[in-house]
Amino acid sequence: MALHFNSARRAFLTSAIALTVGLAACQQTPPSGPQGAGSAPGSNAGGGQTIALSGAGASFPAPLYQRWFSEYNKQNPNVQISYQSVGSGAGVKQYLAQTVDFGASDAPLKDDERQGFPAQRGQAIQIPMTGGAVVFAYNLEGVDNLKLSREAYCGIVQGEIKTWNDPKIAAANSGVNLPNTPITFVHRSDGSGTTFIFTTHLEAACPNWTAGASKAVEWPAGFVGAKGNEGVTAQVLQTAGAIGYTEYSYAKENNLKAATLQNKAGEFVAPSPESAAKAFAGVAVPEDFALVIPDPAAKDAYPINGLTWLLLYSQYDNPTEADALKNMVKWALSEGDQYAQELGYVPLPDELANRVVATLDTIKVAAATPAQ
Amino acid sequence: MSLLVEEIMTLLARDSQGTINQRSRVSRYVDVGFKWLTGFFAIAVGLTLLAIALQVANQSWPAIREFGLSFLTSGTWNPVADQYGAWPAIYGTLVSSFLALLMALPIGVGVALFLSEDFLPSRIQQPLVFLIELLAAIPSVVYGLWGIFVLIPLLSKLGLWLHQNLGWVPFFSTPPRGPGMYVASVILAIMILPIIAAISRDALVAVPSELRQAAYGLGATRWETILKVILPSAFSGIVGGTMLGLGRALGETMAVTMVIGNANTVSPSIFSPATTIASLLANQFAEASGLQISSLMYTALILFGLTLIVNILAEVLVRTMRQRL
Repeated sequence: MALHFNSARRAFLTSAIALTVGLAACQQTPPSGPQGAGSAPGSNAGGGQTIALSGAGASFPAPLYQRWFSEYNKQNPNVQISYQSVGSGAGVKQYLAQTVDFGASDAPLKDDERQGFPAQRGQAIQIPMTGGAVVFAYNLEGVDNLKLSREAYCGIVQGEIKTWNDPKIAAANSGVNLPNTPITFVHRSDGSGTTFIFTTHLEAACPNWTAGASKAVEWPAGFVGAKGNEGVTAQVLQTAGAIGYTEYSYAKENNLKAATLQNKAGEFVAPSPESAAKAFAGVAVPEDFALVIPDPAAKDAYPINGLTWLLLYSQYDNPTEADALKNMVKWALSEGDQYAQELGYVPLPDELANRVVATLDTIKVAAATPAQ
Repeated sequence: MSLLVEEIMTLLARDSQGTINQRSRVSRYVDVGFKWLTGFFAIAVGLTLLAIALQVANQSWPAIREFGLSFLTSGTWNPVADQYGAWPAIYGTLVSSFLALLMALPIGVGVALFLSEDFLPSRIQQPLVFLIELLAAIPSVVYGLWGIFVLIPLLSKLGLWLHQNLGWVPFFSTPPRGPGMYVASVILAIMILPIIAAISRDALVAVPSELRQAAYGLGATRWETILKVILPSAFSGIVGGTMLGLGRALGETMAVTMVIGNANTVSPSIFSPATTIASLLANQFAEASGLQISSLMYTALILFGLTLIVNILAEVLVRTMRQRL
């Protein structure tokens, strides 16, 4: 019996050791991006086999990026791209710290962020990848096509309009039976690019909006905060009389009713990829692509839209990786359009996409790198 | 770890079946080595805690310098203007944990009593004990989802009734809007209930049976035995379980974030949305930068302090109770 016990114990010990060794081995496997200045990243890619790229950042475009990368991998099995949707802020941080091959952000790089850019990587390149609309999703029984005038939705987000049958809401919804119930406004409680796009619009469109534009703002008292698009969605679905903002693709996926909004020209426009694309058509895009359209002037444009950017370095140490990255972006902006539309994102207009591709060609491979 | 040491000891013992002297010397080394090893681990745990505290304090320094103690009383949390204050989060943390404790403590101790006395045949008692301990194993995100989809619809009906009939009481002064302080407290109560119940039960079971028999022998009824003998002698164990539960309630992040409503406001009404330190951190950390990160670290430091104070109070409570006994 004692012997028996002993062997069982030894088996445990052996398996414990095996586990430890296994864990240690695991820690070495994940492909790490370029870590520091002098490191030779991904030198295993020189053999022409698997190229592993990693990126991190915004959650707003994450469903699309993940779809893109998996579809691209199907067509190019040797290129594996992983994307962590950790949020724009964390994405920019990792990008500046060079722990990833590319970053992603819903807000263009700020000046102080640009100052933290590592000099040996050349310059920061930010390219728009896709656009999206932010919608007012609501839960109001019997009201399927809510129209909100500027006055009405500004009043709601400022906490001034508190009930659904407020005359300011009723004015644009003649013939609709609006209930005398309180409005529960649901916002994102986590810092998010969606909030940035939403509040940037409010700042431009609502004269009394004082909270500013940022990824997180101070909301009026009595509003409910929910974490993530899925949190806002769940909250709106659960609460009768709730209204909140989510990105269009999310509302579409979850069959939420989205309000028709009055744009700058005074027209009521329903949210859709087409009406959002109108906002970006024919607008002069700055050199660094930092295009923010807080309140589009076009007559048939949906008013709340934003772009989302990919952050690249102008110099990569490894030519294979740089080429793989460039090809992927080119593919995403041409063939990848169908997936964008499918998921409810706005593909870039051709003219803009061409400029992005031209910019990609400025990415250099560090010429004077010592042999790897 | 002890398995490994035992293994070594058996191997050594087998190899040195020669003289008695040799064997005892080796086993003496093992003894000393084992003592040092355990000592090292004990110290390492303490050092880890210290390192975390120092790191958090270090990172929160810019916010401490900027806002000082007014951070504790200010109610603004405005990332646009870079103005921060933690009062709503501190208030929310304390109130939600206190309400949770208010609900979970009597139920938990009651459950522990019921399951430690011989009210049930052990055939039924054991599975019940197991089920309660299983509650502690449910991941908090599952509690959160359950809170959103089951508890909120259920509680908001009750809440609406309370508001309509007892609206003049400040606690019920606003209509429930789905998530809020009340949902968070109930979720927390359910989450800490198994901790309180399991540890209290262990403490109650550990009360020597001589005490109980002596009490009966002196003519005490069951009521008197439970209230005047068993409960007081298990007191420190019950307080310990309660403090563990309270610690979990103060620091619980995921489930609370999902149901509390995350509004940076202080309201006496339990139906209004609120926030806690842990949920504030969970919400804002990923996208924060600069002074906002320091301020979040500052709130983390405050949570550290709150937990410390709670533990000290518990220790004081146990000591004064022991002296009175």
